[in-house]
Amino acid sequence: MTEFLQHLVNGLSVGTIYALIALGYTMVYGVLKLINFAHGDVYMVGAFSGYYIAHALGAGDRPTLPKALAVFVGSMVVCGALGAAIERFAYRPLRARPRLTALITAIGVSFLLEYGFQLPSFGLTTQPFPPGPTPRFFPQPFARVSWSLGGVELSNYDVVSFAVAFGFMLLLQLVVYRTRFGRAMRAVSFDAQVAGLMGINVNRVIAGTFVLGSVLASVAALLVAGSRPTINPLMGLMPGLKAFVAAVFGGIGNVPGAMVGGLVLGLAEEYVAGYLLSSYRDAIAFAILIVVLLVRPEGLFGRVRAEKV
Amino acid sequence: MHYGAVEALRGVSLEVPDGQVVALIGANGAGKTTTLRAISRMLRPSGGSVRFRGEGLGRLASHEVVARGLAHAPEGRGIFLNLTVRENLELGAYLRRDRDGIAADLARSFDLFPILRDRQGQVGGTLSGGEQQMLSVARALMSRPRLLLLDEPSLGLAPQVVERIFQVLAEVARGGVSLLLVEQNAHKALQIAHRAYVLETGQVVMQGTGRELLASPEVRKAYLGE
Ligand SMILES: Nc1ncnc2c1ncn2[C@@H]1O[C@H](COP(=O)(O)OP(=O)(O)OP(=O)(O)O)[C@@H](O)[C@H]1O
Ligand SMILES: [Mg+2]
Repeated sequence: MTEFLQHLVNGLSVGTIYALIALGYTMVYGVLKLINFAHGDVYMVGAFSGYYIAHALGAGDRPTLPKALAVFVGSMVVCGALGAAIERFAYRPLRARPRLTALITAIGVSFLLEYGFQLPSFGLTTQPFPPGPTPRFFPQPFARVSWSLGGVELSNYDVVSFAVAFGFMLLLQLVVYRTRFGRAMRAVSFDAQVAGLMGINVNRVIAGTFVLGSVLASVAALLVAGSRPTINPLMGLMPGLKAFVAAVFGGIGNVPGAMVGGLVLGLAEEYVAGYLLSSYRDAIAFAILIVVLLVRPEGLFGRVRAEKV
Repeated sequence: MHYGAVEALRGVSLEVPDGQVVALIGANGAGKTTTLRAISRMLRPSGGSVRFRGEGLGRLASHEVVARGLAHAPEGRGIFLNLTVRENLELGAYLRRDRDGIAADLARSFDLFPILRDRQGQVGGTLSGGEQQMLSVARALMSRPRLLLLDEPSLGLAPQVVERIFQVLAEVARGGVSLLLVEQNAHKALQIAHRAYVLETGQVVMQGTGRELLASPEVRKAYLGE
């Protein structure tokens, strides 16, 4: 029983991260019908921007709450701006082109970030940029405190991570279903041309969607880097792929689906690795992808669009 | 106006005077929908110009055209099937900030089409074709347009519903909104139109007052089935 609960804690902790990243895939797919393969790398940039901001503020000193908040907000701003820039300069010029062109461009942007970050550093500052291929250590935002509740290990990092991740998911849900911007976003994702006829500035909504998704990716990255501090320019690859699987599983384009998909995937990984064989951890995501594509390609909450004529 | 290499419109010139109802009729594929899309900037015409209240619309995107007082109820109704009836109506008023005015216009939509009041919480995808058509017209009115483009608002509707829609349109026109009305139902359209144009393979082949065209033998033969 303790083992089961421990896996539950671990699984939810990974799952919320997948969910946060998956939201970015699913929202961008919703408005553009594009899989933004650079999304995992935005997550990576989230971790590194947090790293640089923390160092600029003096990471060696005693961690304080204002500093942690500054790192958080700063990294969200950097990623939001990066998302908007990627949309504006990489995807918008190709909007009218075949979907495949944009998809290949997405892979190009992904490579640009992954390998751009591995270039030799300028060496201008104490923390060289680009960081280069060697892993860096993300400074601890606050001291770790662990508790053992009837044998189940739980740390203050887990608690903060859950609270923050669920908080942001709830917030996003409110934005999408309760605000004017969210309504515009859902309209654009159904029919961008008609959305324009309502007076919706479609370009602005699409850019806003990239900003939202990228901000959530940076939140995910910081939550991960806080407890597993080794970061490197390729760190977005695996979480990016898995979050993509989570988004497909939940029904790509569907916001609640991405959240459920992320949680289910995190739990599935954890239980398979815990009870069967730990080396299957990474395979489970792709097994799920294959099964979903075979059995229910529209995903858990996706629907086949039926239109009245 | 071209679709790729296809020339869909050639030298079409029409005018909608302030506060008037103008009908645009023509056979399938004549270019009626294309004309409306070029006006509301859903499409970028390869040539020509659109002037609205003294301003060229040539460089604008469609959302900017809406801001200037033009609404377009598009062919195929354009209902957001994933949003509720109420959300669809609220999107019609997307650019407006006057909460009270919006609430009043929402109530007016429900008075015009009472069925929409009962359906307000349902998503668009669950509406019947006729209900979607009413929603499309009501939604276009939510922006308080000065000019309303309507693409076959009576398509596929039962006679009483057609009657109802034309009643509403006549009422709207009396309220000072100009209408550019594309219709297969030429008889009804010409009856309420001050002016009308007949489009054939991308060109205006005839124009006149609604009454003149109703009386014209060619129109009676080609479009009124006599
Ligand atoms: N997206 C498109 N690509 C290529 N050709 C098109 C496109 N849309 C319309 N056309 C062509 O342009 C011409 C005019 O079409 P349009 O839709 O304006 O006709 P319409 O008068 O509205 O017809 P209907 O009464 O059937 O709605 C037609 O020959 C049509 O085939
Ligand atoms: Mg048409």
